Amino acid sequence: MSKPADWTTGHEAILYQVCAACERPQYLRRGFCAACGATDLAEKRASGKGTVYATSIVSRAATPETRAHAPYNIVLVDTAEGFRMMAHGANDLAIGDPVSARFVQFASRLVPYFERAR
Amino acid sequence: MSYITGVGLTSYGKHEGLTSLDLMSKAAELAISDAELKRAEIDGILCGYSTVSPHIMLATVFAEHFGIRPSYAHAVQVGGATGLAMTMLAHHLVEAGVVKHVLVVGGENRLTGQSRDASIVALAQVGHPDYEVPLGPTIPAYYGLVASRYMHEYGVTEADLAEFAVLMRTHALAHPGAQFHEPITVADVLASKPVASPLKLLDCCPVSDGGAAFVISREPTNTALVKIRGCAQAHTHQHVTAAPALSELGAEISIAKAKQASGLAISDVRYAAVYDSFTITLAMLLEDIGFAKRGEAASRVRSGYFSREGEMPLNTHGGLLSYGHCGVGGAMAHLVETHLQMTGRAGNRQVRDASLALLHGDGGVLSSHVSMFLERER
Repeated sequence: MSKPADWTTGHEAILYQVCAACERPQYLRRGFCAACGATDLAEKRASGKGTVYATSIVSRAATPETRAHAPYNIVLVDTAEGFRMMAHGANDLAIGDPVSARFVQFASRLVPYFERAR
Repeated sequence: MSYITGVGLTSYGKHEGLTSLDLMSKAAELAISDAELKRAEIDGILCGYSTVSPHIMLATVFAEHFGIRPSYAHAVQVGGATGLAMTMLAHHLVEAGVVKHVLVVGGENRLTGQSRDASIVALAQVGHPDYEVPLGPTIPAYYGLVASRYMHEYGVTEADLAEFAVLMRTHALAHPGAQFHEPITVADVLASKPVASPLKLLDCCPVSDGGAAFVISREPTNTALVKIRGCAQAHTHQHVTAAPALSELGAEISIAKAKQASGLAISDVRYAAVYDSFTITLAMLLEDIGFAKRGEAASRVRSGYFSREGEMPLNTHGGLLSYGHCGVGGAMAHLVETHLQMTGRAGNRQVRDASLALLHGDGGVLSSHVSMFLERER
């Protein structure tokens, strides 16, 4: 499979797949739909909007590069498009907050960063 | 039918200078001698993995090192659930007549063999390599995410979670082999260093050196008579990003199947051995299993329900939280302690009645579950 042009490869985008057969959205990229097995998948760009499902602020990081950023908030966001994703978030986010994404540098990578939607 | 005929356990903590193979060998020697068998009588070997000394064929590396030539051998990898998964496989192997005596062994010099940072980095790799690991999460963060959601949905507080750390420490104080020997309070847990919110240092199990082993046999070899009544697994996901809703996690599925396999109910259980990598893990699993209603496990800890003298003694050796966690061997200590309790050999920790026990293991981020009922034959 070709690499997606999204944040996992350094591009300012969150991409996901939608199954042509069962219409389920899928975030963890594969060559087939994990729900029904169909191989016809459309690639889409997410709006970056969603709701906070869970949060955990990491104080004890394990590498020199990530320690420089601590404390940082790891969040799970339920996106408007119907899939769940892990990302970074503002440290004051609470479960249920409506959020939108921008992109920041973290340990020499580009990562999605969610803030409370205005 | 299958019996757990022998158990072996080292102390957990620092074993300066010992390798993973050394710790596995020590535990294996203890288990085989406990089963009143000779090495040559062991015809099956199942072992876990070592993050310090990874190998593509650890079971045969161990067999050669230990000096046995089994007719069945391989490694098993299901994270923290590996020990119970190996026991389940051994049960089916002896029941099917493939082998007579399976040695199940795990051990690792995880504390002195590598830095804590290296352990944290190695374990974080259970996350997705493209969509999670680049974000810098740690195992405590994966569980911290689950904890934040569980607390939100069921009204559990950080002080509630602290009760589980205090209980495990209280139990560990009675075991000379435990890694920690200083009593702690709820206030100590709440004041300990933040790791990955809401989890603090004392909500987390330590990194340890240690080894544990069992022998699973088709027929009893001694007077232990601890029988595997039934077991089951459930695997719902690998990555926390892909985990189902809290009400649909694998523990409930695997417990339901184990009940069916054994014909037993939770009300039959007299002793509980439940995976406790973090306080939240223990709280959730106890409630998933049905030892407490949602959000109420902590109040059962406070009332003494899970204490040594209580109605459902739990992890009387101190669990992963306070006996220690050396990887695969970590949760195997739960089974060793259960066996000692069931055979009346737990000394100052002995509970009144451990005739029927339920064990539950978890691997990954509540990804892989194994449940097992053990019964003492009279």
